[in-house]
Formats: sequence, structure tokens, C-alpha cells
Amino acid sequence: MNAHCLAELSGVSKRFDKVVALDGLELQVRPAELLAVLGPNGAGKSTAISLMLGLQRPDTGTACLFGQSPLNIASRRQIGVMMQEVTLAPELRVREQIDLVASYYPDPLPADDAMRLTRTSSLAGRPYGKLSNGQKRQVQFAMAVVGRPKLLFLDEPTVGLDLPAREMMWAMLRELVREGASIVLTTHYLEEAEALADRVVVLAKGRAIAAGTVNELRALVGRKRISCATSLAPELVAAWPGVQTVSHDRGRLQITASDAEIVVKRLVAADENFHELEVHSAGLAEAFTELTQGPNQELTQEVAS
Amino acid sequence: MSATTFAIENNLPRSNEMTGAKLWRAYLTETKYECLRALRAPAFAIPFLLLPITLYVLFGVLLAGSMSHGDANVAKIMFVNWSVFGIMGPGMFGFGMFVAMEREQGLLTLKRALPAPPAAYLLSKMIMAALFAAIVMGTLVAAAALIGHPGLSFGQYLGVALLNMLGSLPFCAIGLFIGTRASAKSAPAFANLAYLPFMHLGGLFYPLPRSVQPLEFASPAFYLDKLALRLVGAPSLDQLAGVMGASSHGTPITQIAVLAAVTMIFALLAIRRLARVG
Repeated sequence: MNAHCLAELSGVSKRFDKVVALDGLELQVRPAELLAVLGPNGAGKSTAISLMLGLQRPDTGTACLFGQSPLNIASRRQIGVMMQEVTLAPELRVREQIDLVASYYPDPLPADDAMRLTRTSSLAGRPYGKLSNGQKRQVQFAMAVVGRPKLLFLDEPTVGLDLPAREMMWAMLRELVREGASIVLTTHYLEEAEALADRVVVLAKGRAIAAGTVNELRALVGRKRISCATSLAPELVAAWPGVQTVSHDRGRLQITASDAEIVVKRLVAADENFHELEVHSAGLAEAFTELTQGPNQELTQEVAS
Repeated sequence: MSATTFAIENNLPRSNEMTGAKLWRAYLTETKYECLRALRAPAFAIPFLLLPITLYVLFGVLLAGSMSHGDANVAKIMFVNWSVFGIMGPGMFGFGMFVAMEREQGLLTLKRALPAPPAAYLLSKMIMAALFAAIVMGTLVAAAALIGHPGLSFGQYLGVALLNMLGSLPFCAIGLFIGTRASAKSAPAFANLAYLPFMHLGGLFYPLPRSVQPLEFASPAFYLDKLALRLVGAPSLDQLAGVMGASSHGTPITQIAVLAAVTMIFALLAIRRLARVG
């Protein structure tokens, strides 16, 4: 076991009856980074996190939290947790919920400070059960940071938040990482990972099929989107080498291509009136789709490993 | 900018050990909020705090009083028996309902992931059940002194109250066992399935015929009741009614041993399951 690890899974496999949840997974959280763990439903994200938290034990391989077993309470005193499915006692007031969690830590923030930082002070005296879903998530976030953790596990933290609340949480996450905390984030919102993550790990069928920065993952897919106004027929462009898909929309062509430069040169040559050219890299969403569903899954696995 | 910083301050040396005072505070905080939330939950607090006193006054004082034919033992038996009834509910349902609910709703999982002191969860609930037992005993003692007149000394009142607070432990353990196995929806039903027979077979409300008396041995309430009756120097309902059967025997040592064994067996089974399955 790595004595300096923050949180690490090495060669971890986990089965539930006949279902393989994790299959030799390697996962490492580095200091002061936001690591986004992405993957389709059933990819093993939740299992991976619950192994790092010591909620379950791996069948093979090891889980490590702050250089020790996650079952060790001293290592858990350095983490904060926000879970996806949890109902807190509805009778307790918001300040009481936060105060209770604070009491578990050796050196916590005062509950009032945690509420001020997470913009939940106005809810302090309200019974938890009377809050809206979004407010509950904000309170759970306050509970996750009140212990001044070095490592935060956030499972779908922004589900149910309205836009301002979500942007506020994003800003707080960036601030936490800036201050030196590490964050493990699972999310279904790819734009969230795109906006926040220093590193992304994509899981599928219990394995890490790709890992890297957002830009590296986009590059892994290597597609570009070309958009322009032209009189050329879509069928004609679709037959060019390097063009993958073409669609036509109000006088504009939307082209995806593996080699954008060649296609653009040919567009210039074929249509003198061609204008309003835009070329974009593929987004994380496209990368994710291609990685987890595309025909190249075997290939990308090799790239990743 | 200190107002907007989370002050994680990773570079500062920080201890991850909880010193005695901090650990003590964690247990105390958990207990405080467990008691608060139980007192604020109307579906739990109202029946278990009001039912014992209401039923004691109605049946134990008014009804039994008019049928006692001047037997001083009846008032003592009624006070003791209704007090045993009163402390059963908070233990069985406090653990049965709340644990099943908190397991199902992910709260227990969250507490296991957080650095909550491992024993705090169960200990806080035990103290909550003891607090409810204390409140119930307070109301019953007040009613007894004012209108029940069982003729007990202060020491006897205190003895029955303390015995019952301790005596809620086996019911906590059985409730916990139910809570670790039943779903949130079925837990109250299963708790009732144990609670009602315990109550009736415990010989708390009426003497049992000799043929049924061996069943009394299956009810923890029977043993607790015997111990409490001994404290106040009163016979059991069976004995009073002259239905002397198997259950009229037994020493305090065996009664304490049975209650302790029930507590340990059910608590161990439940804790093992909590550790394995959650």
C-alpha cells in the first residue's frame, strides 16, 4: 500500500453475485486536483467510490485512503462526503445537521462559518425536511466541507440545483482545489466535468477505458466539427475523404471530419462563395460517447493503457 | 479574503487524532441530536410519551382501583406493570423503526463513510430510549403519587424508575435486530409482532391461566416485571389471582441473567449484520 496516497485503488475487482462491478481497476487521486469520474450507468463509479470510502471491501486488489486502509477512522477524518441518495433526519434543523457532522472532525469549521461559505446561512433554523431538493443538496455540501477535509467525494453534487446555485457550487469547488484540497466528482453533466476537472477518468464495464485532461480526452477522439455557409450539396461533401458526417441546416453545412484541414482546403477550392467558417474541437460529450459506445472501444482501451 | 476561504490549509500540520475531549463531544452531540429528533417526531413521541400515562390512569388507577376490593397490592402491581409497558415501546420502536429507515435511506451509509465514532450511532439511540423511559417514568410516578397511591417510598419509586431505564436495553436490542433486517415499511409491523405478544404474555394486564403460563417465559417483559415487583414487595397478577403455576417461580438472578442474555444475543446478531450488510 502506498504510504503517500490520497486515495487509490490498485488492481481492484469487485463482483456482486454474477455481475462484475469492477474489473482490475486502477484509480489514483492526486493532490490538489479535481478528478471527474465519468461513465455510463452501471460502469462501476459508485462501487469505486464506496471502496475508496471503505463502505465495501474489494474482492482482489487494495483500496488506500491517506496511506492506510479506508476502514481506519483517522484517514476518514481527512475526507468530506456528499452522497447521491441520502435522507437526513427531517426533524433536525440545518445548523444542527452541520453541527453534528462537524463534531466528527478534530478541527472543523464552526457550523456558522460553513453555512456562510456555502451560502446556506438563511436556512440555518429551518427543519431539514422542509427544504427543497436543491436546498438539501446545498446543506449536504456544507456538511461535506465543515470538517475542513483534504479530500472530498462528491457524488452528483449539482443534481436538482438551479443555475445560480450550480454556478456558486462550481466556484466553491474551484476555490477548494485552489486552496489545496482534492476532489473526486462523479457527474452525469459532462459540461460540469469539462468546466471543473483537472483530470477525467472514464469507466466502462468496471475498467478505466481512458484517463487524462479534458483536452487529452478530446484529442483522443480526434474529430473536428466544421460549420460553414455554402451552396455545395451535402451529398457531394459527404463523399470526400476524411468526412464522417454531414448535415444541412438553413443554408449551412455541419461537417464532422477526422482531418479538418484537408476538408477546409477542399471547401475553399470547390466553392468560392463559401463563408462563415467555424471549426471546433469535439467536446467532452462527443469524446465520452465515442469512448463508451463507439466502435473503437477496444482501440481506445489500448491508447488508455 | 478570509471571509470567503474554506481554510483547508493543507500546509498546516494537523492532527487526525481525536483527543478525549473532542471524542466525548462527538458522542455527546450525536446523543443530543438523536434525542432532539425523536422528541420532535410526533409519530414517535406522542404515542410513546402519552400512551403509558393515559392507559395507567384509565386502567391502572380508575378501573383497577374500583375493582381492587381494598387490596393494597393492586395499586402497586398496576403502577409497576404499566411502567414496564411504558418503557418497552421507545426501545423497540426507537430502534426498530429508526434503524430500518436510516439503513434504507442511506443515512447509515453516510455515517459509516464519515468519521463518526463507531459506537456513537447505537449508543445515542440507547440513551434516547433511556431518556424516553425516564420521561415516561416521571409521568407515571407523578400520576401514582397524585392519584394512584400505591404506597411506595421515594426509594422504591426511584428503584423502579432506574430498573426500567436499564430494563429498556433488551427491548432496544430486539428493536435493533428487527431494524437491521426489516425494510422501513415493514419494521413497525414486525416490531408490533413482537411488542404485542411480549406485553400480553408478560402478565402485565391480567393473570394468565396455568396452562398458558409457560409462554410467559418467552416474554422479556415478564422477567423485568418480576424484578420490579420484587422491588416494591408485591406479588404478580398470577399470584394475586391464585393461579400459581410454573411462572410463579424464579429467582432475581435468573431473571437478570435472562434479560442480559436477550440483550447480548440480539445486539450481537444485529451488530454483526450491520457490519456485514449495513
